[in-house]
Amino acid sequence: MSLTGLFLIVFLVVHCSINSLMFLNDGGLFFNEAAHFMASNILIRTIEILLFLFLIIHILQSVAITRQNMKARTISYSGTSATATSKWYSRSMGILGSLILVFLIIHLKDFFIPSRFTARLGLDNNGTPDMYSEVKGAFQNPAYAMIYIFSMIVLAYHLLHGFQSAFRSLGVYHKKYTPVIEFIGIAFSIIVPAVFAAMPVYFLLKK
Amino acid sequence: MRLTLKVWRQKNKSDKGGFESYQLNNVDTHASFLEMMDVLNEQLIHENGTPVAFDHDCREGICGSCSMVINGRPHGPLKGTTTCQLHMRHFNDGETITIEPFRANSFPVLKDLVVDRSSFERIQQAGGYISVVTGSAPEANNIAVNKVDSEKAFDAAACIGCGACVATCKNGSAMLFVGAKISQYALLPQGHPERNERVLNMVAVMDEEGFGGCTNTGACEAECPKEISVANIMRLNREYISAKLSVQKE
Repeated sequence: MSLTGLFLIVFLVVHCSINSLMFLNDGGLFFNEAAHFMASNILIRTIEILLFLFLIIHILQSVAITRQNMKARTISYSGTSATATSKWYSRSMGILGSLILVFLIIHLKDFFIPSRFTARLGLDNNGTPDMYSEVKGAFQNPAYAMIYIFSMIVLAYHLLHGFQSAFRSLGVYHKKYTPVIEFIGIAFSIIVPAVFAAMPVYFLLKK
Repeated sequence: MRLTLKVWRQKNKSDKGGFESYQLNNVDTHASFLEMMDVLNEQLIHENGTPVAFDHDCREGICGSCSMVINGRPHGPLKGTTTCQLHMRHFNDGETITIEPFRANSFPVLKDLVVDRSSFERIQQAGGYISVVTGSAPEANNIAVNKVDSEKAFDAAACIGCGACVATCKNGSAMLFVGAKISQYALLPQGHPERNERVLNMVAVMDEEGFGGCTNTGACEAECPKEISVANIMRLNREYISAKLSVQKE
């Protein structure tokens, strides 16, 4: 779980950085070029296969762990006060993860497939497949934008527990460095989903 | 003080069990929780009822016998306290208190509030020891132990094996217990010769016994009456990964 999770975290950095190019005020030309590079470079495409593989392993591991953990207690307490001893999102990783999976299916269908099968896309002024207009069109639909913003809040909570939990599962615990990892984890969990969520907001405001 | 107790009653292992309510009208605020249970049992005996079965032994917070989940919290609401050291002044007059047994499939209920925690003993038997030739005590200064590690090992050894970590964990995981037992040996030179086999065997038995896996919610540390740190779980993970990578089958 932890190794696949950390790989997915690294992927988020790459994805977030490239998508931030949409904020440049150039009508999406640079973003289209970057998106086209990511879609056509052989090395990136190879890593992409690994990414899907790790995503599937991450999901399968979570199903296995959840099943094992549910078997450990089949009679539950009549009254629990779990809120006193742990954070709600640390106890809800399965639900948060499932919501992210639903989001991913929508996301891949609407953006990944058009970006990889670019024949569906128009061309921009430089003659590059126009992913920018595709994104812009989708995000200018308020309902669609809301799904994205909600999903990024879900992702933020998933990361808030997942980031530091991954290090703990790998046995990393140090009086000096663990608080640093936890701080980076909190910052990452806020900044990355916030940048992603800013994209639909940006296009809605631009409308 | 007046109390209403909602107590889990279960005749035996196979009985389905259920809650029964009891009224106590004159509970001393200075009584410990177990003394309050004794008062309830006296009352039940006078009324020709069956007393509530519950585990207890030392009643001074060091044996790990007492258990019970009080208002949803193992050993009750007070931090770093066993049920026997919890006093009635921490409850309100007229309060309804729900008392249940520890719930985990690896801790089957035997009767009322008594659960079978022998799964912990089987984990211990798998590696929670060092193999030494017994005889007269060796010279204490022959093996040097640094102060920091000896303190950490002592903190881990403070685990009384009560099972509150399993009871509170949403996954019914025993990793705080196993982590503490692993740590108390891994931190000391005497534990090093058998460290790899120890962690592999203890984790294998832990899984066989049906305990869940740790998802790092931290509830165990918050609920542990001996305040054992989750750092011990990370040490267990470290020991386990290291043993997995270094032990080769002959």
